[in-house]
Amino acid sequence: MQRAIGIAVREVSFYAAVALFVVLTAFPFYWMLITSLKTNPDLYNVTNIPFWFNEAPTLEHFKYLFEQTLFARWLLNSLVIGICVVAITLLAALPAGYSLARLTGRGGEALGIGIFLTYLVPPTLLFLPLSRIVAWFGLQNSMWSLVLVYPTFTIPFCTWLLMGFFKAMPIEIEEAAIVDGCSRLGAFVKMVIPLSLPAILTAVIFTFTLTLQEFVYALTFISSSAQKPVTLGVATDLIRGDIFFWGEIMAGALIASIPVAIAYNSFLDRFIEGITGGAVK
Amino acid sequence: MVDIVEPIVARRSPRYRFWLDRSGVLGAVFVAPAILYVLLLVGGPFLLAVYYSISAYTIYDPSWQFVGLANFRQIVQNPAFLEALENTFLFTFASQLLGLILGKFGALLLLRPFPGRKLVRALIILPWAVPIALASVAWQWMFDSLYSVINWTLIALGIIDRAQAPNWLGNPHLAMLCVIVVNAWRFFPFAIVIFLAGITSVPQDVIDAATVDGAGFWRRNYQIIMPMILPIVAIGLIFGIVFTFTDLSVVYLLTNGGPVGATSVLGFQGFQVGIVSGDVSHGAAISLFMLPVLFIVVVAMLRFIRRRDI
Repeated sequence: MQRAIGIAVREVSFYAAVALFVVLTAFPFYWMLITSLKTNPDLYNVTNIPFWFNEAPTLEHFKYLFEQTLFARWLLNSLVIGICVVAITLLAALPAGYSLARLTGRGGEALGIGIFLTYLVPPTLLFLPLSRIVAWFGLQNSMWSLVLVYPTFTIPFCTWLLMGFFKAMPIEIEEAAIVDGCSRLGAFVKMVIPLSLPAILTAVIFTFTLTLQEFVYALTFISSSAQKPVTLGVATDLIRGDIFFWGEIMAGALIASIPVAIAYNSFLDRFIEGITGGAVK
Repeated sequence: MVDIVEPIVARRSPRYRFWLDRSGVLGAVFVAPAILYVLLLVGGPFLLAVYYSISAYTIYDPSWQFVGLANFRQIVQNPAFLEALENTFLFTFASQLLGLILGKFGALLLLRPFPGRKLVRALIILPWAVPIALASVAWQWMFDSLYSVINWTLIALGIIDRAQAPNWLGNPHLAMLCVIVVNAWRFFPFAIVIFLAGITSVPQDVIDAATVDGAGFWRRNYQIIMPMILPIVAIGLIFGIVFTFTDLSVVYLLTNGGPVGATSVLGFQGFQVGIVSGDVSHGAAISLFMLPVLFIVVVAMLRFIRRRDI
């Protein structure tokens, strides 16, 4: 009897702790959702219970967001920036990751660590000179400045990620291709790339989410509304003085968050492998 | 041997392919674009930042006049800078500590299989996955001076009175607490996955052996598992420190450095001076104060990466 009570207490406290963690992490997102669906009179009435609808839910904030603001344009900007950065990153990181894993020997490893360390150089150290460089290129206030600058952290990250993957791939595959008459380059293009599509997909997804998450460079380089990526637009452009726009802001934040959240959850394990770089054997 | 190899190579390769087939050459060609990009747009700007910090460059007067360490002398005498420096250390240390504690605890919970664990993990990872700028805006709304859901709950529970409800982002101490909590909230899911990755990598037979030898829960945790997962936790912590120490977005969006500079951190100060006011040289000097900490962290990281080779 005593034992059964002990187990029950343990179980209940375990699930209570789990529930507490879930509330802690997920509540702000629940808050985005419920705010975005409430009518304004419902939102701005302190006597209402805030956790649920006191009036019928509404889609007016979403409608306003797409019809009266540049939100759709920001989504498009983010998509264009993301695709261009992914292309540049793959072109540079794919061969570099392969080279560092296979072709450059012991010196390659030091070089790989060197490249990865540049991922740790923070935007707040580089934004001043980069904003001048962007101005020299004539890209100030243009989303193309972000296409130029974002690869500075996506290339190191993806090179490291892909290097780890190529190292884990059996070298016999390429050797077989070379014995069969392929050149080294041919073996890379015809054998290695098709076989590493899962790794490439991971690199693509994380490059894309990194571009969506970035805030500092976007804030520094871009001030005209039409050029902003979605994260910057929602965070800085929808707040207008004392007028309440929380419904729209939360709707925008919610829409922009969902794809990133899904992508992260699907590729999390590979991300952890990449970031810890095999620190665990 | 030479007789056999030579004709084959010569037959299938025109000159350039022969050249590209040497792994050293191909390796260099392959790695060159990535290195060049990083050198030009990270190495170059970094040197430029160093030069800005010892020049009199502003966007209104783009002269390259060399002024030595005058900028640094001026900023260390500025009380606003000293406050930002202090805030940065407090912000980093407190949020990482809180994040690690929550992370360790969360990892212990998620270690045990239970129905719905995958869903719980997906929900717990949200703060780290979702762009921090968007989450910060949600927190700003939750800390709102009038419509704060936190205050509403506290009032409904009878803990505080509406008349003395706290203005979270308007009080200097509370505002600091808020940015620390939001940052810890953002990082602890990362700490959870790092801890989980580490703990699941500890071989079960090691834990079993320790249990047989009479080690209890705490002893297994802190004398067996913790030392074994230290390298991976260290790497996670290094990431956390670097990205927190140099952060700008949480402070910028939640408090805008206020009230009256109470939550200003180095990244924010550099942004205010260098971008908003256009005083590039002083802004660069402020940003460069991050370097010593980054340097120490990088050296620590290299040591841990090396250790895994042994």
